[in-house]
Amino acid sequence: MLTANNTMRITQIVNVHSESPSVKTYTFLDKLCSVARPGQFLMLWIPGIDEIPLSIMDATNGLVSVSVKVVGDATRHLHSFEAGATIGIRGPFGKGFTESQGRVLLVGGGTGIAPLMFLAKQLRTKTEHLAFVEGAKTKEELLFVNELGGMCQEKNLITTTEDGTAGLQCLVTQPLASLLEKEHFDMIYTCGPEIMVKKIFEITEHHKLPLEASLERLMRCGIGLCGSCMIGKYRVCRDGPVFTTDQLREVKDELGISKIGFDGSRIPI
Amino acid sequence: MENSPLSTTLAGLQLSNPTMLASGITGYSAESFLRVAKGGAGAIVTKSVSTQPRIGYANPIVVQAEAGLLNAVGLPNPGIDIFAEEIKYTKTLLHVPLIVSIFGYSAEEYTIAAKKAVDAGADAIELNVSCPHVKQTGAEIGQSPQLLSEVVQQVKAAIDRTLIVKLSPNVTDIGVLAQIAVEAGADALTAVNTLRALAIDPETQLPILSNIKGGLSGSAVKPVALRCVYDIAEVVDVPIIGCGGISNWQDTVEFFLAGASAVQIGTAVVNDMEVFCAITKGVDTYLRKKHYESVKEIVGRAHRK
Repeated sequence: MLTANNTMRITQIVNVHSESPSVKTYTFLDKLCSVARPGQFLMLWIPGIDEIPLSIMDATNGLVSVSVKVVGDATRHLHSFEAGATIGIRGPFGKGFTESQGRVLLVGGGTGIAPLMFLAKQLRTKTEHLAFVEGAKTKEELLFVNELGGMCQEKNLITTTEDGTAGLQCLVTQPLASLLEKEHFDMIYTCGPEIMVKKIFEITEHHKLPLEASLERLMRCGIGLCGSCMIGKYRVCRDGPVFTTDQLREVKDELGISKIGFDGSRIPI
Repeated sequence: MENSPLSTTLAGLQLSNPTMLASGITGYSAESFLRVAKGGAGAIVTKSVSTQPRIGYANPIVVQAEAGLLNAVGLPNPGIDIFAEEIKYTKTLLHVPLIVSIFGYSAEEYTIAAKKAVDAGADAIELNVSCPHVKQTGAEIGQSPQLLSEVVQQVKAAIDRTLIVKLSPNVTDIGVLAQIAVEAGADALTAVNTLRALAIDPETQLPILSNIKGGLSGSAVKPVALRCVYDIAEVVDVPIIGCGGISNWQDTVEFFLAGASAVQIGTAVVNDMEVFCAITKGVDTYLRKKHYESVKEIVGRAHRK
């Protein structure tokens, strides 16, 4: 029920964990978000400062975790918070990933790996084969490498960096393309920058494989009222953030190309 | 649709059914308007547009209230020059009237934006003189008899399309302002915009909305909006479009009985884009059961002495 989920709950951060120089994971108690599905998101209120959308990275036993990268004033402020700090939570919102069986591949870019971590935890006992491709700009931004390695066999984790400080020196799309030439997968999941998602969509279309992609757009209300996050006829916050292959085909003229800016005009991505 | 009991004419606008998307909800794009029209809306009112672009407020912009929703989005819009292109594109695809909502900081700005919207193909203009949370526009104009009259007169003189004025409930006597708007040239009135409201968090002891104050919509405001429509129907003869907390056919029928000829739906669309279909179906059944041939027959029925 949206009304209950949309009601702001005030809670305290119970744990802060540093993942990289620019990413911290915050854990707090929240009953409603602790039953969220992978791919869903929440709105986190930094009292008196801002409210930001965040993918849920983990949810278990009433505890919820989100991984936050410093990208602006609000996230910089949040990064100064320690355990015990007060925050407000709305959510969970949106449509998450669907579960699938068989051979599954997860492709994450930057902090886009966070919702895929949550998904992988649920899929690992249900799938026959789990593989990851993870990419980042540089070694210290490759998140959760140990955790991911533990969830699949090490040979099934491919990492890439743009500067070659770890893994292969390339974009995630490169090993993905060669992997799909060699192996079959029943489902591919992705989350990351929209330009990356667009390229992955083109690759999976070429191989006629199903894809579920989590998109990120300017998000204000989180409930489908304001229209800030629209892509085509879809509201990313309500109809997404996870989109299927069929839906991605409908919005391919905008995917990775243009989005709606703060003033409602279409701007290039 | 000619013979449907729901088809109606409102101040020159042909409506296949008397439900409309209220201003401010869901989008700026032709695709979003089309999706709402597919959900059964008889007309679309766009988000409010001004002469210059505006980015709106920082988050939080919405707060859930017990039986409604507070918002202070802050009228973000790309400006009429960019939006005119979207109006043109929308008009090539949309089969229901497109009503463009306009706001400005002076009568001149309202007029320039309205004229450009009409030139781009708007079927009607709705003047937002009632937004409760942006300074020097909206309700600050609609609450002043002099400014309201000036804005409506100037826009009316500049355009040759249906002119709708959306009124604020945040006034002592809405009937007085309704009469002023009609005397100044309004062809129809929308009643009402949101109620000025506030949400405070007891733990942090802070207002939640970044703008502090916002507008309340949803079920909580329905009885207030219904009373406003009733009051206005007592004093003016132009068609009234009821707006405020409508989410089902029963609410809609109540607004017709109070004096509305059509309704706008906002908050309820957020949860259900097809709410228009459900409402028109329900109203249709009601009319047939009560042996009415047209929705027009029940407009203002609650006023009979």
